[in-house]
Amino acid sequence: MHTKEKPFNVVIRLIIAIIIAAYVLFPFFLVVLNSFKEAANITKNPIGFNGASFGQLVQNMRDVITNKNFMFWQSFGYSALITILSLALLALFGAMAAWVICRNKTKWSAVIYFTFIASMIIPFQVVMLPLISTFRDAGKFVGISMLKSVPGIVFAYLGFGGAMTVFILVGFIKGIPFDLEEAASIDGCSPEQVFFKVIFPLLTPVITTVTILNGMWIWNDYLLPSMMLGQNGPVRTLPVAVQAFVGSYVKQWNLILAAALLAILPMIIIFLIAQKQIMEGMIEGAVKG
Amino acid sequence: MNTPSALKRVMSLVMLAAGLGLLIWALVMDFSGSKVSYRGLPLIIGVIAIIIGLYFFPTLKHHRTIINVLFLFPLLFAFAVTVIIPLVLGIRYSFTDWDGIRIRNEVGLDNYIRMFKDPAFIWSIALTFLFVVVNMIMVNLVAFLLALLCTSKIKGLGFFRAAYFLPNLIGGIVLGYIWQFTFSNVVTKIFNMKYSMIADTGTAFIAVIIVYIWQYAGYIMLIYITGLNTIPGDVLEASAIDGATPMQTLFEIKIPMIAPTITICTFLTLTSAFKQFDVNLALTNGKGSLDIFGNYLTNGTEMLALNIYNTAVINQNYALGQAKAVLFFIILACVSIIQVRLSNKKEVEL
Repeated sequence: MHTKEKPFNVVIRLIIAIIIAAYVLFPFFLVVLNSFKEAANITKNPIGFNGASFGQLVQNMRDVITNKNFMFWQSFGYSALITILSLALLALFGAMAAWVICRNKTKWSAVIYFTFIASMIIPFQVVMLPLISTFRDAGKFVGISMLKSVPGIVFAYLGFGGAMTVFILVGFIKGIPFDLEEAASIDGCSPEQVFFKVIFPLLTPVITTVTILNGMWIWNDYLLPSMMLGQNGPVRTLPVAVQAFVGSYVKQWNLILAAALLAILPMIIIFLIAQKQIMEGMIEGAVKG
Repeated sequence: MNTPSALKRVMSLVMLAAGLGLLIWALVMDFSGSKVSYRGLPLIIGVIAIIIGLYFFPTLKHHRTIINVLFLFPLLFAFAVTVIIPLVLGIRYSFTDWDGIRIRNEVGLDNYIRMFKDPAFIWSIALTFLFVVVNMIMVNLVAFLLALLCTSKIKGLGFFRAAYFLPNLIGGIVLGYIWQFTFSNVVTKIFNMKYSMIADTGTAFIAVIIVYIWQYAGYIMLIYITGLNTIPGDVLEASAIDGATPMQTLFEIKIPMIAPTITICTFLTLTSAFKQFDVNLALTNGKGSLDIFGNYLTNGTEMLALNIYNTAVINQNYALGQAKAVLFFIILACVSIIQVRLSNKKEVEL
């Protein structure tokens, strides 16, 4: 806009923006502040700085990390492993499938594509109960543990994330000129070489988008891991561990908030590093999805 | 293209033979009820060997077809096992007395009749619709106002956008507990209240709405900002020259020009509010007493997704929970169909 505005209006808007930001960030501030306090000081005055000390933060963190119901490093490690494996496989297999669907104009690829799109409306609740029993029975039958295991849950994320991933990737691949692929095959590339050497490198921006969308979902997901892995199983993700931990420490707010701080910290650090990509990726996913 | 070499041919045949062999061995063990712990291994290695064998299969004519099948297989297989098969089974189970493990009787529509006779479930449905409508309006309104604020000339725009978006990064479970603390320990202190908002059914529902707007408005704001930025600058300039007031610019230029964005955001908030589960679980766990039409209910803040979870997982009533889930699916499918219809109509008009 090129209209001149009164400086007064600009100041008013700035003040409003600051007040809203303070409101939005207030709960985060509470989490950080009260992680520095003892439980008694939190109930007495949750917004004051009385009794906040660095030593108490170390103490709270130590209590939380060594807690048997939380097991921070273990659940953090499993969360990271499950998220990274799922994202890598979704990107690779998603791109492979999307490329075939896009470039292979047959009745079958159209059927597969529309099944994927239609499946995006299926809520998790309608498949979760039979999913658990299917995984349990199939796992027992073939002798591979599908529940309470990392490969099992990565496989489930591949199935649930596949539809949206393919949908966004197909939209992008459609825009890549087919001449590129023709030229490559005339130069002697086999179909798989065309994909891995020509198409896949071109997909970097859209794979960033789907990785951000899937990453936010998988890292924060609670229902699927809690159903598949169980509250007290050998493998747990961070959200499941937080839920189990809070359930065992009612009203021990210093520990609960320290645990919350540990759980949100990785996401905040990633956001500070890749803020622009994350916000753009979320917008693109919404507009296309 | 190169002609397949002799090495490749041999490799392909060896791999196919070995793969089939391992696969058959594994399946024989499975079907004979063997409990050998390593029987999963030959199955996986067998499948991988078959894939490698197929890849090197000595054919030029069908190579492209083989690649197509191999490229589609991993995702389609996972999709079929985790979505399609459970969906079909789930719809079938809703007509039986499935207890999570086996089916004893076909019960027809009993589960569906039972759930509509349950006042607690009716309340959950009504509450969910109320939640969806209130949120759809509130989130879009707040997000749009934030977007107007974040596209005007103020300092530190980047910071404000990031700050408003921040809550969207955090998972609902952790968010729910952070807000539970805020409501019961901090808000009570600041406003000198005797009881926490979460303790009373009515205010607890408002609390869930507040948290939801707090979490979601920043995200919707980003989409509105993108929409507002697509309005060409010269259109706004022309309206300013013609002497349009800021209000006229807003209602006669900005809002009509971002109509498609409004449709997207409306349906995004609609479907996500329907599916709301995590915050509901962590903040109130659906609790809240309520006296309605002579029925005393204890699930005053329990919405549909949480009701399904509690029915099936907590109360172990699998068939009933599954029937509720099927109804949930039908509701969401209807919403999606309306959305597709509406956006297609818009495209035709344009």
